[in-house]
Amino acid sequence: MPIDIDIAHVAKLARIELSEQEMAAYRAQLGVILDHAAKVQALPTEGVPPTSHPLDMVNAFRDDVVTPSLDRDEVLSQAPDATDGFFRVPPSLDNE
Amino acid sequence: MTELSQLTLVEAAVALRSGECTSVALTESVLHRASLTEASVHAYLTIDRQGAMAAAEASDRRIADEKPIGPLDGLPIALKDNMMTKGIETTASSKILSGYIPPYDGTVVKLLREAGAVFVGKTNMDEFAMGSSTENSAYGPTRNPWNLDTVPGGSSGGSAAAVAAGSALAGLGSDTGGSIRQPAALCGLVGMKPTYGLVSRYGLIAFASSLDQIGPLTRSVQDAAVLYEVIAGHDPHDATSFPGPAPSGTERLGAGVEGLRVGVVNELSGEGIDDEVLAAFRATVDRLANAGAEIVELSLPSTATALSAYYLIAPAECSANLARFDGVRYGLRVEGSTVDEMMSLTRAEGFGSEVIRRILLGTYALSAGYYDAFYGQAQRVRTLIIQEFATAYQQVDVLVSPTAPAPAFELGAKTQDPLSMYMQDICTIPSNLSGHPAMSVPVGLSASGLPIGFQVMAPALGETVMFQVASAIEALSDDIGRPVLEVVAS
Repeated sequence: MPIDIDIAHVAKLARIELSEQEMAAYRAQLGVILDHAAKVQALPTEGVPPTSHPLDMVNAFRDDVVTPSLDRDEVLSQAPDATDGFFRVPPSLDNE
Repeated sequence: MTELSQLTLVEAAVALRSGECTSVALTESVLHRASLTEASVHAYLTIDRQGAMAAAEASDRRIADEKPIGPLDGLPIALKDNMMTKGIETTASSKILSGYIPPYDGTVVKLLREAGAVFVGKTNMDEFAMGSSTENSAYGPTRNPWNLDTVPGGSSGGSAAAVAAGSALAGLGSDTGGSIRQPAALCGLVGMKPTYGLVSRYGLIAFASSLDQIGPLTRSVQDAAVLYEVIAGHDPHDATSFPGPAPSGTERLGAGVEGLRVGVVNELSGEGIDDEVLAAFRATVDRLANAGAEIVELSLPSTATALSAYYLIAPAECSANLARFDGVRYGLRVEGSTVDEMMSLTRAEGFGSEVIRRILLGTYALSAGYYDAFYGQAQRVRTLIIQEFATAYQQVDVLVSPTAPAPAFELGAKTQDPLSMYMQDICTIPSNLSGHPAMSVPVGLSASGLPIGFQVMAPALGETVMFQVASAIEALSDDIGRPVLEVVAS
């Protein structure tokens, strides 16, 4: 059964602007890969817990001691736009 | 003496300590080699000639002044470009990180520096480690030094090609679904993925966090063990880091396989595997039997679904990890009138098609209504695979299979067919899902002169026995030699 993917919605969720042609191509390729993945869906897994960590391990905590963080100016020097010690971005709402 | 650039790490370390050569001479030798091979191989994205020579001179001074030296002192090593190197451009082969200069060293980089290593440069890779051929690089593909028409494998193809070509004595790669072992097999090297959590991922540009692991690409099993011992260990910067001591890599090298139980995984050594690869695999299993190992044929039926589970889990984690590339804090920005538009345009422009394909796949698999059917179910199948491996390791000490289904393929042969490219990792993926260590050892050449790899897998924290078996295989196999590469001065 071919899987019906709302590719425009997925691209919007992923924050990737795609042309109509790109969407059609990715939609077809994802369909093929997800068909292959149907094997996984067919396997009986009732009562099997999902893996959360490949090793049976609990969180590793360090002592709560203050240590220096990365140098702010050095970090901001890699930003596409920064001002007054902050990252600068376009408005998050449009003007409509 | 052999050409310096062709020595193993251990041979070079002995030569340095005995005063037979200097680190400057070693480093000049690999840099000279790079100047001859890079035009055709393109193993590196960045060669740090100045930094490498300065580190080599510092190492020579340490040795001359009889100061304490590290296990890798003065040895030229290549780093995959997804490891943070303070002050050296790090792009993960993506346009979205073009020009990015990290403000810190990743933990493995720091450990190698402390061990005295000399960094030759940053190597080419599939963008964000997504691929099996190093063709998905925004900066052009790497070629296999054994045959320039073929791929070096991926995604650590740059590090593998550098070591095979002689432009580094050893390299580090990262392995999410086989990205160290498969290029090791295709380039005639030893490649090793440690138990998940034994090597810190701090400062590794994340692809799929529950699968990624850093490991060595080397010319010998002993080199891999030495390099592994330097990078393994607990790191408070990585919350998934294993808190106990790392098992020894070198302790049982050369101890043979007498009395060890070696499991042949039926599902990974039959259908879909090239005839020549199977023949080399069978011959090696026979050699292990003759050397005293007990061979046990085993069935791991869940491995048949491993590839499918992987291609849901890895993209899901990648879609989450790559959300940080949004044009705000580093890398590329394409301007837009709102922050949303800026992000969508930046990501469309900055990511290559394989990365976009996997982000879309992962976003879909995690989206409302599909999460449990795809991601949740894949993680349950993963549990089944882990349980099956655990049962198998009650019967055997190690499991074996071919590493890659076929020798190196031609550039472009699989780029239009994502599924056929994904099949490259069919033998390597199960141990990423289980978190267990695994490695590839070269065992022969195909009729057309291309290397063939043999995979040894071990239970979690079973590195010591894995290296023991790998060193036996190395000793029992014919030396495949080094690629004969026609070079042109650039």
